[in-house]
This record gives sequence, C-alpha cells and structure tokens, in this order.
Amino acid sequence: MAKLRTITGIAGALLLLGVTQSFAAGGAHLEHADIEPGNIASLQRGARNFMNYCSGCHSAQYVRYSTIGRDLELSDEQLSENLMFNAEKTFETINVSMPAAAAERWFGVAPPDLSLIGRAKGADYIYSFLKGFYVQAESPTGVDNTVLAGTSMPHVLWELQGHQQAIFSEHTEGGITTKHFEGFEPLSEGLLDAEAYDEFVRDTVNFLVYIAEPIRSERRTLGVWVLMYLIFFWIIAVMLKKQIWKDVK
Amino acid sequence: MAKVEAEVGKRPEGVLGGLIKWIDDRFPMTSTLEYHVTKYYAAKSFNWWYVFGVLAFVVLAIQLITGIFLTMNYKPSAEEAFASVEYIMRDVEWGWLIRYLHSTGASFFFIVVYLHMFRAMLYGSYKKPRELIWLIGMLIFFVLMAEAFAGYLLPWGQMSYWGAQVIISLFGAIPVVGDGIVEFIRGDYSISDITLNRFFALHVIALPLALIGLVFVHIVALHEVGSNNPDGIEIKKHKGPDGVPLDGVAFHPYHTSKDLVAILVFLMIFSAVVFFAPEMGGYFLEHANFEPANLRATPEHIAPVWYFTPFYAILRAVPDKLWGFILFGLSVVLPVFLPWLDRSRVKSIRYRGWMYKFALTVFVITFLTLGWLGVQPAEGVYVMMARFFTVLYFAFFLLMPYYTSIDKTKPVPERVVYHG
Repeated sequence: MAKLRTITGIAGALLLLGVTQSFAAGGAHLEHADIEPGNIASLQRGARNFMNYCSGCHSAQYVRYSTIGRDLELSDEQLSENLMFNAEKTFETINVSMPAAAAERWFGVAPPDLSLIGRAKGADYIYSFLKGFYVQAESPTGVDNTVLAGTSMPHVLWELQGHQQAIFSEHTEGGITTKHFEGFEPLSEGLLDAEAYDEFVRDTVNFLVYIAEPIRSERRTLGVWVLMYLIFFWIIAVMLKKQIWKDVK
Repeated sequence: MAKVEAEVGKRPEGVLGGLIKWIDDRFPMTSTLEYHVTKYYAAKSFNWWYVFGVLAFVVLAIQLITGIFLTMNYKPSAEEAFASVEYIMRDVEWGWLIRYLHSTGASFFFIVVYLHMFRAMLYGSYKKPRELIWLIGMLIFFVLMAEAFAGYLLPWGQMSYWGAQVIISLFGAIPVVGDGIVEFIRGDYSISDITLNRFFALHVIALPLALIGLVFVHIVALHEVGSNNPDGIEIKKHKGPDGVPLDGVAFHPYHTSKDLVAILVFLMIFSAVVFFAPEMGGYFLEHANFEPANLRATPEHIAPVWYFTPFYAILRAVPDKLWGFILFGLSVVLPVFLPWLDRSRVKSIRYRGWMYKFALTVFVITFLTLGWLGVQPAEGVYVMMARFFTVLYFAFFLLMPYYTSIDKTKPVPERVVYHG
C-alpha cells in the first residue's frame, strides 16, 4: 500500500507541475500587469479608456453596454453620455463603424475584435504590448513592438506615453546574431508621466480582462456557496454511510 | 435470516402494492431492481479505487444533461458557432454554468476513466472471468475519445480548428487510401462548415447513443460475473445458506451510501474547477481557443487537449510519419489485450511479486511524462525523452507475458481482507 501512495503522490505532484505553467508568450519577456479585477473604479476608468482610444478601430461584438452598466455600477444615462458613441440602446453590443474590408486594406489586417483578448492572450501580454511600442523608422506605422514584432497596429497611445526607443544588445554565437532586448529609453515626453501611463494601461487591461468574462466575479461568489452546500451535504452523507455500515463486520 | 429477507422483499400493502404488482405482472420491474441494485452483492472490502465507475456514470449524466441544454442554443455552422458559444456564455440565463459544467466534464470524464482503468490494472479486474467487461470498457474508451474529439471542434476556436486539422491529417499517413480517408472524414478538402456539421451530428447523436448502449452492456456484463475486489477473490465461492456471498453487501443501500460520499467529494473538486478555474491554466480550455478559427493563421503552438497528449507524444516521437501513426494507433489499442498479456496466477497487486509492482510504477510515470511531453514543443531533449518513454510504454505491454509469468506471487487468502 505504501507504494501505491507513492504512485499517487508522484502523479499528484506531476499534475500540479503541469498546471502551473500558463500562457505561451512567444519568447518575449512580459511585465506583470498586476490588475485588480474587483476594483470598480479601475474598471470604470478602463471602460472610458477603451471607448476613447480602442473602440474607434476595435469592436467588442459580444459585449453589451447594459452588461457593463450592471457590473460597473453605471446608470443608463452615464452609459449613453460617456461610453456609447455609436450606439442608441444599452442592449447593443460594442460595434465598430470602420468597415472590416477597408480596415484590412489600410492596415493589412483588420483590427481584431477585443471581446475575448483578455482570455486569449492574458493580462500580462496586453499590458506589455501596450507599453512595448518603440520608434522604428522602417516600419510603415513608424513604430514596432517588443511583444508582437511587426505588428500593424500604430502606437495609438503615443500622445499619452510619448515616444521611446528600444535598446537591443547583439550576441553572436556560432555565426548567428541574435538581438536581445535590454530596455526602453524615452525620446519625448507624453501627457502622462511613466507611472500615470502604467496606471492608464493597467485600468484598460483590467477592463479587457473583465469583458472577456463578465460573469467571472459572480461565478466565484456562487462557487463559495456551492462548495459550502456540498461540504454540508458531505457531512450528512458520511454520517449516513456510517449508520448503514455499522453492522457490517 | 432467510425469514428477514422474505420480509424485506415483501411488497407493500394497499394501493402502492397493487400498482407494483400490476406492473410486475407485465414488466420485470421488481426483479430487475433486485438483480441490479438491492440484491446485487459486491465485496464489502471495496476501497476508494472502486468509486470511479460510479463517478464515470455521474459525469456521463452531467455531460448528457448539460449537452442537451447547450444544443438548444448552439449553432453548428462555421459562420455562427463561435459567436453562439459566446452567446451562451454571456446572454443565455445560466449558460456560462452549463457550458463550464460541460467543458470541465469533458476533462473530468477522462480523469475518472483513466483512474477507473488504472484500478483494473491494480487489482487485475480484466482477468478471467471479466475479459469481456474489459473489452466493452475499452470500446467505451474509444467512443469517448471520438466523442471528445468531435466535441472539441464545435466551439470553432483556433485550437478546435487546428487541433482537428492536425489529428485528421494523421490518417493521410496511411499508404494509398490515406488521402481518401482524410477527405471522407472531413467531407471536404479542408476542415470546413461541412466538417463542423458532421462532427456535430456525431457528437450529439451517434456517439452518445453508442456510449449509452455500451455503458449499459458494460454494466450487464459486470452484474453477470460480479465485481472484482482489492484481493482479487471471487466472493461467490463462499455463500451463506441464503445464497448471499458471505463477503458481499448489497449495492443498495451499502455501496450506494458509500458512493454518495465519493460523489460529493468528486463534486467538490469538480465545482472548484468549474467556479474558480474553468480554464485550468489553459489545459481544460486552451487560451488559443478564445480566438475564432482562422484558416490563414496557424497558432504558433498546436497541442491537443491534455487527455490525448500521452498518445500524441508517442506519435511525435517517431521520425517517420507512417510509423508514427502506427505506433500512435497501437499505443491506444494495446490495453485491449491486457487480459491475455497478463499471465499472472493472481489478480490483485497485493499478492503479486515485485516485478509487476515495479512495471506498473514505471508505467504510471511513463504515461504521465508522455502526457506532459505532448504539450511541449517537439524539439531537442523533449524528443529524446519522448522516444525513451515510448519504448517504456510499449515495453510494459509487450514484455508483460514474460514478467508476469516469472514474477513470484504470494498466496491469496480464501476470504477477502476487511478491517471494518
């Protein structure tokens, strides 16, 4: 029996080991976004940022304004005055006015829908991406990105962040030269200082993660109740089992 | 004792008794219930390894019920499938819960079935006279794999699409007819709306029907010969004067009350995943599957869902496409032959020698490591490891006739070991 326990122990350890690894980042180093999913104010700011800076090109076609209103504690008036730029009714989803075909012609690829980007890529990826634009003269948009090299997205937030350049060191090994990212150096100042820009991006990422699964906080709350019920039921089941088995010798 | 049994078995008086008699005269209700439930005797010495059959039944029920509700809102078309899943997740009342129960259920189905199969390997449950139960069980496993594979295409995400693309194209390795088979499965020259529709039909009608039928036959066969136990002893050899096995207790209420405890523990773990980690770190719901299927963009890293990865690792370990496919197929099919590969005189690991214990330990490590390797990129040291463990995987089965026949066994007691 001792051996069996060893087997199951090893199995458990291996399973845990497997589960700890997560998003594949394509080798780029990602900064930790450190978002607060329960912070309503941060989510509200994120919604504002998204509608002002992202929604011109990016839709969130599965997300309804009314859902945002309900979860972020915003009234219908607040929604329509501050967030709904191209929608009439709060049950509408966040659509984009730019035609997809034209967008594809302009950018090479249509800007993706962002409803699920928080689940597809993860908070750290988006956070690092939005902080990772650097000046690159050869690129058609004038910038490239450390997280997604060759991205066709322009640096939409340059006014806020200012421009920066990326410092790479080159390593030559066996005739192959690899570029290694060392850090950023600011070229011009933006409207926000570095710390405020981080906050701006963090709120936006927080909102993107929220719209990827609006039910997230509700399911966690419900989960606690479900588990409490199951534990209660389990105690009764154990007592029942003992009662029924008491005569089995 | 016999008198008490007669009392217990008596029909209730009055209207209810009358109704039961009316039915029993026309349908074998009471006798069926007794045969399969109230007078089906299984060893009192069952340990917790014996709960996974019932748990598999519970998961099957969860999948069938949640599946029906998902079907009410899901749209099996390449245009609408992805959006309809998000519609279920966001707009359908409790849709998110139904979907998470179903997606988590798929993974737990395999966890429970793998443990159920491992139990059979621990206690020799596939050995005579239970070979047929094992064979039917393996058929269930194959149908379950097909069911899970078909189901994974339905959300029409990137991993749905490209995972199916990779797995289906494997059949192309078969000489001469390979390409024809691939086309036959897809119904098209690439995975398309047509493929999605037929996979939907298979997933919601054909395969579940087969699954239910096979599970029914699995249980009928089990109840014909009786359940094995941790000692691998036939409890029917020692019966009391009333014909009841001395070491057996009735399935209901004894085993049912015990199973209820197990079901609740299972539901706790299951709910913990559903409510707190439905993606399970990208293993139960892969991150790339939150992007809609895109024919023009291959994900940088295609990995099947975790429950297929041990076999997938074997496939990739072989440099030749055809041989990779053959070994992949063999690795899935080989367990079918366990009843005949295992030559041991005893069933249970309790009375086996060190060789089988050692082999089984190595096998467990091998299976888990292959599963882990299946999600790693196929390069460098991973490939070498996969080859090493592929050899171990096959050695476990192919050398089994040898090591089980020379392994020194311990004497098996007459009656089951039970500590109350």
